[in-house]
Parts: sequence; structure tokens; C-alpha cells
Amino acid sequence: MESELGLIEQSFNSRYSLWVQEALSELPDSFTITDPCLSGHPIVFASKGFLKMLGYSKSEVIGRNGRVFQGPGTCRRSVVEIREAIREERAIQINLLNYRKDGTPFWMLFHMCPVFNKEDGMVTHFVGVQVPISRKPRRSGRNGVNLCEEGSRMNDIFYGSCRKEVCSSVELGRVLPLESAFDDADDRGLEIEESCEASDVEKTRAATAINNILSVLTHYSELTGRLVCGKRCSLSLGLLSSSLNISLGRIKQSFVLTDPHLPDMPIVYASDAFFKLTGYTRHEVLGRNCRFLSGVDTDSSMIYRIKESIQNEKACTVRILNYRKDKSSFWNLLHISPVRNASGKIAYFVGVQMEEGCKNQVGHGLSPEMRQLSAVGAVRIAVRTLSMGAGPSKSEESNNL
Amino acid sequence: MMLRIKRVPTVVSNYQKDEAEEGARRVGGCGRNCLNQCCIPGAKLPLYAFKKLTKIDGDKELPGSEKREPPVDFLDSLLLGEWEDRMQRGLFRYDVTACETKVIPGQFGFIAQLNEGRHLKKRPTEFRVDKVLQPFDGNKFNFTKVGQEEVLFQFEASEDGEVQFIPSAPIEPENSPSVVAINVSPIEYGHVLLIPRILEHLPQRIDRESFLLALHMAAAAGNPYFRLGYNSLGAFATINHLHFQAYYLAVTFPIEKAPTKKITVSGAGVRVSELLNYPVRGLVFEGGNTLQDLSNTVSDACICLQENNIPYNVLISDCGKRIFLLPQCYAEKQALGEVRAELLDTQVNPAVWEISGHMVLKRKKDYEEASDENAWKLLAEVSLSEERFQEVNSLIFEAIASDDNGNANLLEDPEVKPHSREEVDTINTSSHAAMVTGTQQCLVLQ
Repeated sequence: MESELGLIEQSFNSRYSLWVQEALSELPDSFTITDPCLSGHPIVFASKGFLKMLGYSKSEVIGRNGRVFQGPGTCRRSVVEIREAIREERAIQINLLNYRKDGTPFWMLFHMCPVFNKEDGMVTHFVGVQVPISRKPRRSGRNGVNLCEEGSRMNDIFYGSCRKEVCSSVELGRVLPLESAFDDADDRGLEIEESCEASDVEKTRAATAINNILSVLTHYSELTGRLVCGKRCSLSLGLLSSSLNISLGRIKQSFVLTDPHLPDMPIVYASDAFFKLTGYTRHEVLGRNCRFLSGVDTDSSMIYRIKESIQNEKACTVRILNYRKDKSSFWNLLHISPVRNASGKIAYFVGVQMEEGCKNQVGHGLSPEMRQLSAVGAVRIAVRTLSMGAGPSKSEESNNL
Repeated sequence: MMLRIKRVPTVVSNYQKDEAEEGARRVGGCGRNCLNQCCIPGAKLPLYAFKKLTKIDGDKELPGSEKREPPVDFLDSLLLGEWEDRMQRGLFRYDVTACETKVIPGQFGFIAQLNEGRHLKKRPTEFRVDKVLQPFDGNKFNFTKVGQEEVLFQFEASEDGEVQFIPSAPIEPENSPSVVAINVSPIEYGHVLLIPRILEHLPQRIDRESFLLALHMAAAAGNPYFRLGYNSLGAFATINHLHFQAYYLAVTFPIEKAPTKKITVSGAGVRVSELLNYPVRGLVFEGGNTLQDLSNTVSDACICLQENNIPYNVLISDCGKRIFLLPQCYAEKQALGEVRAELLDTQVNPAVWEISGHMVLKRKKDYEEASDENAWKLLAEVSLSEERFQEVNSLIFEAIASDDNGNANLLEDPEVKPHSREEVDTINTSSHAAMVTGTQQCLVLQ
């Protein structure tokens, strides 16, 4: 947990100058900042307004994923939409039912937008603003009225661009007779089941809060020279999309991805567990060939076997002596396998490290070999599915939400 | 009179090939190391005992609270690890990660995969499509005939309420083990089959207990991109031995993005909505006071459909929190010769995954020309007509509502029919009279 918190601190401190947290704290709004590059896409900053609104203390929230505030009444489809927005690295404004620490639900307008690194166009954080929606008194009508309301709202959102034959086949009133089977079902349904619409005032409030937060972040990144901005300024080259980063970040084992299409096959991703195992930090590792792990006593025939398997595009497992940053050595049961993208072509090689005889790995139900293979599987899925073409191409137009 | 279609059956096991190749495998039993009585004594498999969830939002961890680390992560460690192991052992018929795949540009985000190998080397077989419930036939291929190496682990409810994992546990027939096995013709990475109480030889037919098991598997996986699916007979199930499919694809399916309109909330708090703006008409179930409430409501709807001889598909999505139920009529139309040749030519069988928006295409041409429009055209043929859909809905709502009135126990016993004979007859002779009363035998030859 301690190292996790260290990473969270680093997520902020490496990019912004000293007083950024204080400056953000002065903003009155309820908002969180999350880091998609860290394992589990955790909250790295939560405003006072947010903590007050949800009833949590800061330490209960930092390091958690935002989904812990959802509950049984949260619309699953809205959650899908947020997940999609994160994946596509675009902004989203959506009504969402969240839960306070005491378990009470409340409607809020959730406005989330990505923060980009100005230099390489990578997403560094997501800012999420929560504006509570003041409930209007409920219409007197029973289910039928609510349905129509909901239906017509759907109409506005979805039928603007859909095909004619679809529109004509959907009659919004047609299901009503079926309700007779349930008779008083509506009375039993909780009020929170109904959807809730934010007013224009609330929408503007959310957008203004986003702008204020972004200007604070931009200002405090100027001083470090690692500028961020609310719009993608340049396209990322060769590095991984934040959605791939998020997926890879969930994998707990120590592993690296290397890109065989770049000169000298550099590391393009390394997991948190890899940093823990080797003692290196992210920027000491990315862009370098894996050979820095070898040292004087490393058996060169093993290195040859690795090269051979890479050339033959085959998986292999070797036992090789590796060195940490502090020069101490360890026996690495290294498994290497080619990883294909959505076109079915080899995009990366994954190398999963396993320290021989490491105590952390004993007592776990699965054999170390099986967990090593599971990491390979998880990497395959992440790389394949995130190169399928639903990627961040839409981000340009969508930031103007 | 019987409605049948000819199609290439999917090879889900290496032992499905017509009785061939006597493997020089392990000693004892029939020599194939299968899951029949001959080979079970002494056999061992990993065992994963899942935590029974009562609350529907089982993955909700209280911020700041101590989280107990389960001994094994179900999906990310166990399932993927075992699956990758079988891949490296070469048990699959092809490397699915070498099959090209893409999200089709457009409004809906249909997903296309070019899979030229899945249906090779297999002759088309006739399938009866006008009977959703058929008795189990021990002479046909069933999952007790698969090799033990194709089985990844046993899956059961934990007795002490916490996740348990035993790396090597004996297979005990008296415990009616449920197992998870690979599909040797995967349509995505991690494609597996959940076979409830495998040794009991259950036919492809939903019951409350088995459906709850499937929901628990989705919940145990805890990942919205790991979904389970079910095809009834007549809705492109090819093996009449109870099974659910599941795989991992980290893309939101079009059906999951489709807008919905709430129809009602059941007494147990299950929200039932209708899909809007989607080519296949269907219902969405979510919520409920407990996971079991949701499971029971959906199983009762499924039981109602199968007993009324209406083919259907089910998608278990969002870690078991959202379930899509889609009655369909494609196979019937196909048998009656009502499907256009251009659609039949694609040889796409619209089962649960296709209906959810994941299209597995067999011809390069279809893959390259894949578009929203083409996908929509195919799926529109799968859907019931609006009129028929509303008819079917009334049946479903009646079944669920009667459950609300406290008749739940009646449905526990699969032999007790929730509908009187009379009602069933009414349905069969209604708008789809042709399905049962036609005179000529329809056979589509491809």
C-alpha cells in the first residue's frame, strides 16, 4: 500500500509544481483527478467539496477507483458510457446515481474530461467534476408518464442520427399495456430507479468547474516544463494509448512489453511490479532495451536463446541471472512470448519476470508458472482488443462537449 | 413434419471429430482420459469455489476498508493462465489472436472478426430447429466425452462463504461437479464453456440452479468484458448438453450500448427494460434485491420461452449485473426458406455473440465489406416481428408476475410447468402457426 501511495504522489508531483494541491484545494467544486497510467486507474486527488459531499475522508478515497461510489441503483448503461469515454480518451457529461459513505444515493451530473500532455498528446489524468442535481418534484403521473418522459429524452439523444427504418419501428407507447401484469409494481419501485435530468445551470456549473481545474493544472505544469492541456495538441508516437495503459496496469505480475518494430527493440511498457522487482523507475526503463538487466555473471547462452525465440517468433522460458538497479542479482525465470495486435500481426513481445524462490509467490493458490502464463494472456487480450480501431480517433471533436 | 437446417457444426472439442485417433495418452479407462466413468476414478482437476453473493453489487468494496485478498483471482489468474497453458500446449485448432478483427466504423460499433479456420474440415450436419427442448441423447457428442486436458477446472459454490482454490482436487461424481472447459474453436481469447453438473447429462435447457451458477461465474470474473452467453436449441446451439459459453473481449458490445426503456420493476426489484434502436428486439434485466432475485427472474423468463417452444439467446453482461434476453426466429426462417440467399451465403449463424454485435465472418469479402448496414440487415432477420415480440413479452411477463405472487417454489421443479397446456397450445397456433402445423418438410441445403 505504501508504494502504491508513493506512486500516487509521484503521479502528481512529477508533473506539477509544489503548490498545485493547495491551489486545487481552494476551488470550491466537488471533483476528483484520476491517473489512468497507474494500476486500477485510481483517484490521485479528491477536492474538499467531493469528500464533504460523499462523507469520506481523504485517505479512504485516494488510491480507489471511482466505481466504489456506485451502487445497486446506478444505471449500468451509464457506467458503460463512462467506460467507453475513458477508453476513447474523450470528455463526457452524464447523469449518474452515486452513493455516499452512509449508503444514501444521490443524483449528480458527472462531467469528466482527459488532461493531455502537451508534448506527446498522451493522457496524463482524467478530471471528474460532480455537480449534485437538485431534484424537481416528481410528476403526479404513475409509470406511464415517467416512461414517456424518459422515452422522449431518448428520442432527442438517439434518434437524431439514426436510420429512418429504426425510428419508424419504435413506438414509444407500445409497451404500456404490459404493465397490467404488474399492477402495483411501480409503487414498490424506489424513486431512485427513475432517471434524473440535470438543468442547464448545473451543466454550465460543471463545465465552468472543469475549465477552472484545467487552468490550475495548466498553470502549475508550466513551471515544471511538462505542460498539460485540455485538448490533445500532438499525436502520440510509438507509445501506448492510455486505454492500453489502463488495461496493462491491472496486471499484477512483473512484465515488460518491447516493440520489435522500433530500433533496438525498446521497452514501451513496464508494470509496477517490474519497478518493484528491479528497483528502477519508469523513466529509467522506457525506451531502453532489456539488456540493462544483464550483468557480468549472466550466461550469454541464455541471451542467445532469447534472441533465437524472438527471431522465430516463438514463446520460450529461460532461467537467467539478472541485476537490480542496486547491483544485487536474482535468478529470473523469464517467459517471453510474441503478442499479436488486432490485425493478427506481432506487435510486441512480452517478457514476464519471476524471481526464483521469491517468498511473495509461495502460498498463493496457483503455481508461479500458471500466474506467469496468466499475465501473458492478459497482455494478449489488452493488446488485441485495444488495437481494434475504436481508439482515440474521435477525441478531437469530442472535447468540445 | 420437422424443420431442419444444415450447417457446419462448431467443433468445440478435439474429441468431437468422428471417433478417430486413438491417443497414446494415459493408461486406464478408455484410453482417452475423458470424463466418463471409465476415466474419472483417480482423476484430478483444479477446483475453484466461488463466494456466494447475496448483494447484486458484489464487487463494491468499501473505500478504506480492509479488502481480503482472494487466494486466486478467478479470471485474470486462473482462467487466463489455464487457457494460455492450453494454447501453448497446442490444443486449439487455430491461434485466435492471429485472426484479424476490427470495430466496424459507424454509429453502433459492431465488431467483426475474420475467422476462416473455424468451420474448415467439417461437413454440414442437419439440425432440427423446431424443438427448443429435446431429450439428452447419450449417443451424440456430449461434454463427458472431452479429454480431461480440455477441462480447465471445477467450479462450485464455496461452503464457508469465502473463495477457495484447490490446485488439484479429485473429481467426485457424487458432488455433481460443474466444470469449465476450453472451446477448441475459440471466437476470442479465453473462450470457454461452463458445463453445469456435467455428469448429470442435462439437455440444453435453462433451470434456475444452472442459471445462477452462470451468473456467479460472471460475478467471480468481475470484469465487464468477460461475458457469458447461452443459445437454446433452435437458436444455434449445436450440442444438446447444457452449457454456457464465455470469453473475454475488452470492447463494449453494441447491444450493451443500445438505449433501453424501462417497462417495469418486479416485486423483487428486478428492472425489466426493452431494447430500443437495436436490430434485434429483446429485454434487459438488471437490479434486484439479490443476485438470486435477478437470476430467478431471468431463468423464469427463459423457462417460459423454452416451454413455449420459442428459441432464444441470452447474454450475461457487466459481471452478471445486466442480462439480455433475445427470442429469435432466424433458424426457423432459414428452414422455411425465408432468408435471402445473400445472407445465407455469408454462413453466419446468428447466435448470442452475433446478436450482441460480435460478428464472426468466414469470408474475407464479408470482412472487408463489413458495415453497420450489413450487420443490421442480418440481425434484423433474427428479430421477432414487433407483433410477435409483444406476444412473447406478455407470456414472459405473465411468468415473472406469477412468480411475484409467491409461486416461486413451483418453478424450482423443472417438471412443473408454469403454464397450462391450454396456454401453450394457444401460443403454438397463434401467429407462428406455420412453425408447427406446416405440412412440407423444409430443408435448406447450403
